[in-house]
Amino acid sequence: MKLLTHIVQNEWKTLIRGKWVIGYGLIFLLLTDTLLRFGGGGPEVLLSLSNVMLLFIPLVGMIYGILYIYQSREFVELLLTQPINRKTLYWGLYCGISTPLMAAFILGASLPLGWHGILMIDPSASIMVLALGGVLTLIFVALGFVLGLAFYDDRIKGFGFTIVIWLFMAILYDGLILMAIFMFGDYPLERFVIGATMLNPIDLARIMVMLEFDISALMGYTGAVFRRFFGTAAGLFTASGMLAVWLAVPTWIGLRVFKKKDF
Amino acid sequence: MIQNKYIISLILLLLPLTAWAGQEQIIVKEGGEISSVRQAVEIASPGDHILIQPGTYHVANLEIDKPLVIEGVDRPVIDGESVGHIFVITADSVEIRGLNLINSGRSYVRDYSAILIEKAKDVIIEDNRLENVFFGIYLAETERGVIRGNRILSFERREAASGNGIHLWNVKTAKILDNVVEGQRDGIYLEFVEGAEISGNRANDNNRYGLHFMFSDNCIYRGNIFRRNGAGAAVMYSRNVDMVENLFEHNWGTASYGLLLKDMSRSRIERNRFYRNTVAILSEGSNDITVQRNDFELNGWAVNIKSSSQRNEFLENNFIENSFDVATDSPRNPNRFEGNYWSHYEGYDLDRDGIGDVPYRPVRLFSMIVDRRPESLILLRSMMITLLDTAERIMPVLTPETLVDEKPRMERIR
Repeated sequence: MKLLTHIVQNEWKTLIRGKWVIGYGLIFLLLTDTLLRFGGGGPEVLLSLSNVMLLFIPLVGMIYGILYIYQSREFVELLLTQPINRKTLYWGLYCGISTPLMAAFILGASLPLGWHGILMIDPSASIMVLALGGVLTLIFVALGFVLGLAFYDDRIKGFGFTIVIWLFMAILYDGLILMAIFMFGDYPLERFVIGATMLNPIDLARIMVMLEFDISALMGYTGAVFRRFFGTAAGLFTASGMLAVWLAVPTWIGLRVFKKKDF
Repeated sequence: MIQNKYIISLILLLLPLTAWAGQEQIIVKEGGEISSVRQAVEIASPGDHILIQPGTYHVANLEIDKPLVIEGVDRPVIDGESVGHIFVITADSVEIRGLNLINSGRSYVRDYSAILIEKAKDVIIEDNRLENVFFGIYLAETERGVIRGNRILSFERREAASGNGIHLWNVKTAKILDNVVEGQRDGIYLEFVEGAEISGNRANDNNRYGLHFMFSDNCIYRGNIFRRNGAGAAVMYSRNVDMVENLFEHNWGTASYGLLLKDMSRSRIERNRFYRNTVAILSEGSNDITVQRNDFELNGWAVNIKSSSQRNEFLENNFIENSFDVATDSPRNPNRFEGNYWSHYEGYDLDRDGIGDVPYRPVRLFSMIVDRRPESLILLRSMMITLLDTAERIMPVLTPETLVDEKPRMERIR
């Protein structure tokens, strides 16, 4: 445990020395503040922020994760020669880089929300957006790790896959769902549609944003399955449960790969 | 001479007092000389004042056929024992105030109500509390009644087994002020009413409509709150209605509207606030309505205007983060949108006059997609959908080309 904290602390120091994370946090700080100054009231800002979050956090998280694996190759390999448990090392590296990134987003976005008073006016919605951003960061840094470890020697391929996976999850996946809805429109599709969105972490986060801001529209839909899913706590619980699964699975796969990898 | 003057002025002073002395005060008290309300009404002569002392009294189907004032001291309980009406007012100028009326009869055939006012003028019903009643206050063929400051609370959740809170049928110039109606079928129901004023009421959590309004011309609604009703508020088949400064919020459901306009004409909807309704305004076959300076915030659909509605104008409204700003069912739409603020507007204002230089198209392609395939609603706020919408906005193919706000505001209108 002591070793773990030691690795994490060391990571933090390097990251802060790199200033990259601070810049990332500042971007969110500036963005949120500008939105609040020019965009008007609370819901508008929170929704714009959540749009940015849904689009960019996955990309930044993954790039950051993979970049880290590639850049600190010598360092990791050096550490591996020491008598350190691989599991400890993995968690140390993962937490060391994902938590500052998460903190940068949460701090960067919450400070302006705080000083413009939105946190007080609409606490549940603000906290939801901030927390979703945090969870998405964790998930996608883990995915970046997995990709980095999988394409350890072929960086071009690694980055290529990162971009493709991001494009697929953020945009194409929903396009496929829409196509399916139009192609198989004569069949009852509610369960399928809900199931399909549960398999994509960006969609999961989007649905939780919808549950907060668009519930009145969702309740206008006539289907019983939708109504039961969105109208009760079931939707919120299932979506957050699936997000937890999405957090657990990539980190676990990363750990497996890391343990068995012949560096 | 001077003494004469004194005497005359003294007599003049006392005259009203003697007139008042003619109106006798009858006190109803448990265990007292007169212990039932029915007895008091029977012995009273027109113009008398009946004071009901605290306690519980059983009253059912009591007809008040002469002008009386019935007043409760510390809100005595009048129990209808679930048979029929409680009070039936058939005389003019009756006043009832300060009572707690409970347990009217319930029926699937007859409209049993706590207070039924039939063919009477100038009746005042004020500051009463009605609980567990079928219909609350029922005005039929009356004129100039005032219903003020009553609270009507029932807890029957089945629509068919509940009655309306305040029900007006064939009424002229009534005033419905500052009442609270909760858990009835319709909060306030008006049919064939002329020139009513409905202000400061709250109709929440009713099973069907908070406000249900038909064939009633020249009425005014001001400062009412309609919240969490099964189907919101419905105004239909009427002309020249003013709806000002009302609040419609949290009316959710597949057939739920903040405000349903059906076959309305020449009316004004101004400075209302629509917050988190499934559909803020649904307009069907309504013409010549001005919708001005309202706030539409976080509704599912802010305006769903069917093409059967014509020559309506939407001016200077704020549309803030509604899932859909405007939806319609036809490529042609003969209504005008101008000078509104749309939070989804992405244009610019180079000449800095506060009006965007690019017109805004409030109908999203996605709303047409959802119309055809409702399941796709789950993709709301998806990047994919935003891309589709943007493409459609640049080159409108499927959305109505004429439904455009040529002068969208850059800032929220306060």
